[in-house]
Amino acid sequence: MAVFRTPPWVSAQVRRYSSATPTGRRLNLPIDFKTTPLLHHTSNTFNASSGLPNNGPSKRLNLCQAVNEALATALRASSRVLCFGEDVAFGGVFRCTAGLQTEFGPDRVFNTPITEQGIVGAAIGAAAEGMKPVAEIQFADYVWPAFDQIVNEASKFRYREGTTGANLGGMVIRMPCGGVGHGALYHTQSPESMFCHIPGFRVVMPRSPSQAKGLLLSAILDSQDPVIFMEPKVLYRAAVEEVPEEPYYLPLSKAEVLREGGDLTLISYGRPLYTCQAAIDAVERERGVKIELIDLRTLYPWDQETVIQSVKKTGRAVVVHESMVNYGVGAEVAAKIQEKAFFHLSAPVKRVAGWTTHTGLAWEKYILPDVARIYDAILGTMDI
Amino acid sequence: MSSLRPLSRRIPRIAIPRTSSWLPSSQPLYLSKRWSTSISQRPGSDRVRFPGAVNSKFTTDMSFINPHESASIPTYRVIDSDGVLVDKIRGRPDVSNEEVLTWYKNMLTVSIMDVVMFEAQRQGRLSFYMVSAGEEGISVGSAAALTPDDVVFAQYRETGVFQQRGFTLKNFMSQLFANANDSGKGRNMPVHYGCDYPRTHTISSTLATQIPHASGAAYALKLQALQNPDKPPSIVTCYFGEGAASEGDFHAGLNIAATRSCPVVFICRNNGYAISTPTLEQYRGDGIASRGVGYGIETIRVDGNDIFAVYESMREARRRALENGGKPVLIEAMSYRVSHHSTSDDSFAYRARVEVEDWKRRDNPIIRLRKWLENEGLWNEDQEREARESIRKEVLREFGEAEREKKPALRGAFEDVYEELTEEAREQMAELKRILETYPEEYDLRPYEGGIKGL
Repeated sequence: MAVFRTPPWVSAQVRRYSSATPTGRRLNLPIDFKTTPLLHHTSNTFNASSGLPNNGPSKRLNLCQAVNEALATALRASSRVLCFGEDVAFGGVFRCTAGLQTEFGPDRVFNTPITEQGIVGAAIGAAAEGMKPVAEIQFADYVWPAFDQIVNEASKFRYREGTTGANLGGMVIRMPCGGVGHGALYHTQSPESMFCHIPGFRVVMPRSPSQAKGLLLSAILDSQDPVIFMEPKVLYRAAVEEVPEEPYYLPLSKAEVLREGGDLTLISYGRPLYTCQAAIDAVERERGVKIELIDLRTLYPWDQETVIQSVKKTGRAVVVHESMVNYGVGAEVAAKIQEKAFFHLSAPVKRVAGWTTHTGLAWEKYILPDVARIYDAILGTMDI
Repeated sequence: MSSLRPLSRRIPRIAIPRTSSWLPSSQPLYLSKRWSTSISQRPGSDRVRFPGAVNSKFTTDMSFINPHESASIPTYRVIDSDGVLVDKIRGRPDVSNEEVLTWYKNMLTVSIMDVVMFEAQRQGRLSFYMVSAGEEGISVGSAAALTPDDVVFAQYRETGVFQQRGFTLKNFMSQLFANANDSGKGRNMPVHYGCDYPRTHTISSTLATQIPHASGAAYALKLQALQNPDKPPSIVTCYFGEGAASEGDFHAGLNIAATRSCPVVFICRNNGYAISTPTLEQYRGDGIASRGVGYGIETIRVDGNDIFAVYESMREARRRALENGGKPVLIEAMSYRVSHHSTSDDSFAYRARVEVEDWKRRDNPIIRLRKWLENEGLWNEDQEREARESIRKEVLREFGEAEREKKPALRGAFEDVYEELTEEAREQMAELKRILETYPEEYDLRPYEGGIKGL
């Protein structure tokens, strides 16, 4: 570019902010989304994954496109479905709502002013009067102004209304969350544990495009409770897989065993599942062990049975998540495991999660869990 | 509890005089004393004396106010788009030629840095950038009317405020590359600058949260001035966009500033777009200025492409903000966001390229001031070329140095959450260190100051 010519002495020493992987690594390598067994690279694996229709056609979609398809399906299925938020009309900053206003018109798909409390508050009102509003918060980092509406209003709505029967079933708050490598303090947060502390919402985080489609359709069209739907934004483009074309529901509050094993239970959700898979591959290459991997999918109310059954079998558990370790999902899961499976445990339950700090730009990859830390935690738990 | 320090000294007691107005008098309530705020309806009065509207005339004409029927608040300007003084009678702006030339060079610097850094982001050399093309006049012109003791809370498109207040290219570049010289310690996304003095609080990506901060800070300055009459009076200035004015914090901040008479000047940069959302979908009514009027705040709308209008409005707003013990003022500065929202945005997905090109050609604060300077014989083509070349060279030099500088030490990831590291933080640092030592081949610590010793 004429505007910016790089002097040769600079280019030789340039450190890209997204630096290339140094040689010699065997754990902290970039996730290969083209080969990970967590994605359906062909439709042949649909059988193995419970709940996916396996007779009809499928197509390759990334997470963003799968969310878009679920929204379009829901808007088509029910005239009660609305879709709104900041910049939603042109498709949203991540393009998840692209084309929806053109197909369904500006009465049902529209921009709102920049006011998260207004967006969630209006969604509550619309749901209270029988609509199914799907509200988008542009980044999970920006949900906090809506916290009064979430905690004091939506969560308590059915409880407060009593015999009037009014409830917010069909209301969904979507939000992209999690780290991408350079989002720093305000484009990285993953605040799921804050929502899980307040009963009333189902808190969901899909790991993949096919999961997102089925879970989002359940949230909008099937759930009688309001849902917070958290989308790991780093997967929007990265996670690509075959997704069944016909509409389908995947159950809320139901975990999924992604791979069976008898030696240790690894529990996670969202983006770190791929990191867990890479750590499992490394451990299993070196040792003759089999590790069970569980995707919680819904973080609250969560599927205790699947987790407890697994830990009773393996006697060892590690919980992994990206958000801060203190008072996190891992704390709740670990506490339940010791309550319900204490006498089956051969080692303390271990948590691998974000450190208890804010995600400073310069050190994000040292703050969020990586393959080496999960690998180390698995070995440490195995060797007790 | 080793992290708790013992109190080294007694907590000081502030002597409060008996006549202090801070506390209500200790008179018993049953004396039915009238409070100064009490209101009652006089018999036969022609106007309402309700507590919520103390001077409203009764009427038998049931008329609703239709905001669309009243004229728009006018836009103050000093020079037109050809750089010519509009009102010949009032005379030229009361600013020295030298100062105007500084403003011009500051605007040029911001715009040249913007072009270089936008391109650098496209080349993958920094993660993110936001330009302020078309809005340099608002930032530079308003900051020019501040004193170094005035406190600024900004959003993220006020690079010119930092430039005008003495932030150096080295400061800018250190922040943009999150290196060890960055005052934000490499923690923030690019363009989230901060400065100790002149006090300009570090930018947060969140929208409008700084607005109530500005009200509280202004109240602090007001009380400090009352407590210490030797301190020169100062104000707070708060910047935000028209999109941010939709957040609850905007309304909360203005209302608190009005009710507590805080010496704060709110400057709304109304640039027509909040990412993709045009003002028509952002608000109804007469812009952000009408909101100020609603909160009982003195308000003016100015042409943001006219740096003289911005400067004069800010200077007058500052004077008013300090008048009679303090009060808030709102300035709505009109402009057009000729740039994309950020490097993450492609604005041609939601607006026509021709619309942007039209604005670029038709009006722009830099070109307008250049025309004025040329009309006054203060600037010419040669000076323009020389200034651009030397600024560009300087920007590239600082760019190269900042890019090669080390990143801050790893311990910075854990520090400053609390004043002192907690027990948990120290445990986590030790655990991270163990991991780094156990798996040295998995990490590249060379970019960080001190490597593993920096933890």
